[in-house]
Amino acid sequence: MSDTTIWTVITGLALATYLIRFSFIGLLAGRRLPPVVTEALGYVPVTVLPAIIAPMVLLSDGQIAADPQRVLAAVAALATGIATRRLLPGIIAGMAAFIALGQIGL
Amino acid sequence: MSAPGQISVSPSRRGLIAGCWAALPVLLAVAPFGLIFGTLATEAGFDLAQTMAFTSLVVAGASQLAALQLMSDGAPALVAIIAGAVVNLRMAMYSAAIAVHWQGLRMAWRIPAAFFLHDQAFALSLNRYRAHPDESVADRAGFYFGIGVTTVTVWIGASWLGAEIGTRIPAGWGLDFAAPACFIGVAAPMIRGTANVIAALTAATLAVVLAGLPGGSGLIVAAAAGIAAGMIAGRRTARRAAPAMEPAE
Repeated sequence: MSDTTIWTVITGLALATYLIRFSFIGLLAGRRLPPVVTEALGYVPVTVLPAIIAPMVLLSDGQIAADPQRVLAAVAALATGIATRRLLPGIIAGMAAFIALGQIGL
Repeated sequence: MSAPGQISVSPSRRGLIAGCWAALPVLLAVAPFGLIFGTLATEAGFDLAQTMAFTSLVVAGASQLAALQLMSDGAPALVAIIAGAVVNLRMAMYSAAIAVHWQGLRMAWRIPAAFFLHDQAFALSLNRYRAHPDESVADRAGFYFGIGVTTVTVWIGASWLGAEIGTRIPAGWGLDFAAPACFIGVAAPMIRGTANVIAALTAATLAVVLAGLPGGSGLIVAAAAGIAAGMIAGRRTARRAAPAMEPAE
């Protein structure tokens, strides 16, 4: 990737992210979102992130390839994250499972 | 406390110190995530200045990794920006929810405050505001700034460390699983209840099926369908939970 692409993404994503954060703190201070928008936004993290994760775990070169090491490590991270409701245990469980499964040759 | 309509409140030092202390446990999650971002950005071909600018100006790890992933796959800059921004749309919700607690806070403080409205700063602050409803706006804002300054400092420092030493991490340490592990770590605790599970499964399935669509557009379609599925499921659950609203059969 070129330097121009990298700096364009840095600038564009920094501006977009800042405006999203500043929206109701500053630009629209005192206003509230319409209920249907709040409802939809509530589902953004639980849809966008799984939509990024699933292809990373299940695809290889655009083809479905259920590599047991990746799939089982993902299941370990998911189960731990849901059970503990915290960020770090899920990441650690996923990485530990991935490394352990790699050691036993999966 | 300020009079209604008066816009003159600044964060208090007492609140700031309380926020710095409250942020400490969260640093255990922020530091490794930053380390991984710095490493992966460097591996993807970012130089040190680019990695540090990215992580210091965006301050949102999941969106940084998402944009990085798309750029590594050869997606155009605009697609990487849109995908990263979509990942961060949840922060509009945080912005609306936290602004209610900051009535009277000066604009000169709101401008830097928006800079680090991330998941942990939001969650810790809202928990605090709910537990101490009588606290002044100055203490509330101070608490938020204490968390923000602490977490962002560690985030930037950890990203730098990742960029400097991360590429020397041996292959057997599973670095190619670090990005999915981080994403799952962020997403899993948020998936609560039937509607969220349906939304997540719909989005994940469609994202795999539509992975061949050009320029990462499958991600946007999958997320939109997941949001719609979640809203439909959520409304059904809400109706069942409130039988008094239903006409008698």
